[in-house]
Amino acid sequence: MGVKKTKNEYVFDALNTGGLVFMMILTLYPLYYIAVASLSHSDALVGHTGLLLKPLSFNVEAYRFVFQNPNIASGYRNTMLVVLGGTFVNLLMTSLGAYVLSRKQLYWKNHMMFLIAFTMFFSGGLIPTYLLVNNTLGLGNTLTALVVPTLISTWNLIVMRTSFAAIPESLIESAKLDGAHDFTVLFRIVIPLSMPVMAVMILFYGVAHWNAWFQAMIYLRDRNLYPLQLILREILIANSTDAMMTDVSSQDKSRIGESIKYATIMVATLPILIAYPFLQKYFVKGVMIGALKE
Amino acid sequence: MAEMHVAKAPAQKRWKALRKRNRIIRDFKINKYIYIMAVPVLLYYLVIHYIPMYGAVIAFKDFSPVKGVSGSPWVGWKHFSNFYDSYYFWRLIRNTFLINVYQLLFAFPAPIIFALMLNEISRQWFKRTVQTVTYLPHFISIIVVCGMLVDFLARDGFITHVLVWFGLEQTALLSKAEYFRTIYIASDIWQHIGWGSIIYLAALSGINPELYEASKVDGAGRFKQVVHVTIPGIMPMIVILLILKIGNMMELGYEKIILLYNPNTYETADVLASFIYRRGLESGSEYSYTTAIGLFQSMINFMLLVMANYISRRLNDTSLW
Repeated sequence: MGVKKTKNEYVFDALNTGGLVFMMILTLYPLYYIAVASLSHSDALVGHTGLLLKPLSFNVEAYRFVFQNPNIASGYRNTMLVVLGGTFVNLLMTSLGAYVLSRKQLYWKNHMMFLIAFTMFFSGGLIPTYLLVNNTLGLGNTLTALVVPTLISTWNLIVMRTSFAAIPESLIESAKLDGAHDFTVLFRIVIPLSMPVMAVMILFYGVAHWNAWFQAMIYLRDRNLYPLQLILREILIANSTDAMMTDVSSQDKSRIGESIKYATIMVATLPILIAYPFLQKYFVKGVMIGALKE
Repeated sequence: MAEMHVAKAPAQKRWKALRKRNRIIRDFKINKYIYIMAVPVLLYYLVIHYIPMYGAVIAFKDFSPVKGVSGSPWVGWKHFSNFYDSYYFWRLIRNTFLINVYQLLFAFPAPIIFALMLNEISRQWFKRTVQTVTYLPHFISIIVVCGMLVDFLARDGFITHVLVWFGLEQTALLSKAEYFRTIYIASDIWQHIGWGSIIYLAALSGINPELYEASKVDGAGRFKQVVHVTIPGIMPMIVILLILKIGNMMELGYEKIILLYNPNTYETADVLASFIYRRGLESGSEYSYTTAIGLFQSMINFMLLVMANYISRRLNDTSLW
């Protein structure tokens, strides 16, 4: 800016930059450790303690076990089903709700808004919801149980409504004069004009489905239906890599298990980590739209 | 005058009611398709959100799945008083309260401080790099984050080793009750500090640059500018997010607790939500008892939200409603 910095400002900048660099290292190192450990030989890994800077006797054996594992494959399949199907229904329902709430001359609008917003602050609780979904609706042990209870996220609905309400009313009025009814207006005019917010919604709903596990844990009993995250839970938290190594002798199991854990994390996380830098600006936009409402 | 009013009032009332009815009918005719669209949405909210609110009456009954909600016998406040008298009551309240207070003290300000630090960086490429890197952990699933914690904090995990250099005993850190809250809060900060800062960076970019010029003329250094211009500039945003946070206080983040705790750490880790899950679904099916606890938790939440909103409206005119 052409203004000479004082000595104090140099110190301020140096400390600030240093702090941020340190935070980047703290963020990245655990991820780097996983990557390096997954490429290490299990024997070397078991004998090693402390920090890792590069793979110990490089080897990809762990990945072979992970890719051969039928649970990981079926987990991936179930997760993809829920992500694709769930996100589609989420988008449909949320756009319907957002369109309704973005219309200005609607007699019952405020009543509906209250009915919806109230659920953000008060709920029946875990057990009554479980009893409804599992017993009353009979969705227990189906993949539908992972989609139906979260058809609409109220927060996302409000974000989308804000975006729909910003579309000029004259555009919608003139389409209606030409004989279009509201469904045509929504699908032919409003949604095509709201592509940025739709992209944000696809990402928010998609990532939420990808990461979800709690509902799967309480509603699913059949292992074939388990999404990837539940399989991961068994391997990472309950520490049971045994099922993956049916052809390995028992004393080798605990040894190989170590690097399998890291390889599993890599296989489950890499798709998101690779896609993320390209999608980042949409995510950020989503948070901004949400903030505007306030 | 008074008599005239009395005579006119019923006619006026009827006239008003009629006009209202006509308006509703006209509204339905004009907006027919909009109301058709609203049907599935309202149906979803009624079934998934409002039926469980009705279902919560089992907190006052001895619910059995065979008899159903309406068929189960009423027992009044039995489950509430059982919970209040139980050994768990104060432990759960204390743990829930403490984890949340620590979160407000440490995890809430962290993204604000981070955003302020980023805001002082003038090289755009560096700023963008830091942002991209620190947003990353937000997208890693909670299962993977907890899996990493379980591994890194084990007896021979790498974080344990680093801490041993600083004089900590070598032990499985997740089996020690006294470390649980620290682990919980620290990993939360690790995962969400970057993402949480986005909203503050947006607010920061909205501050009028002239304010900085003016304070510079008055002789304020960089640090003083942060204190007197930047922080007041984002105060409304901070307050709104604080209210929301307080309103959700009682149910925050129990997924992570369920994944990380174990009988060794229940003493400090078990919170209302994890107790409800454990006793209601995982190892038991005490539906009515745990629903009562859930209702108690929802009530406290709601009261906290109303209270926080009220205080903030009195103090600085920022509120949710």
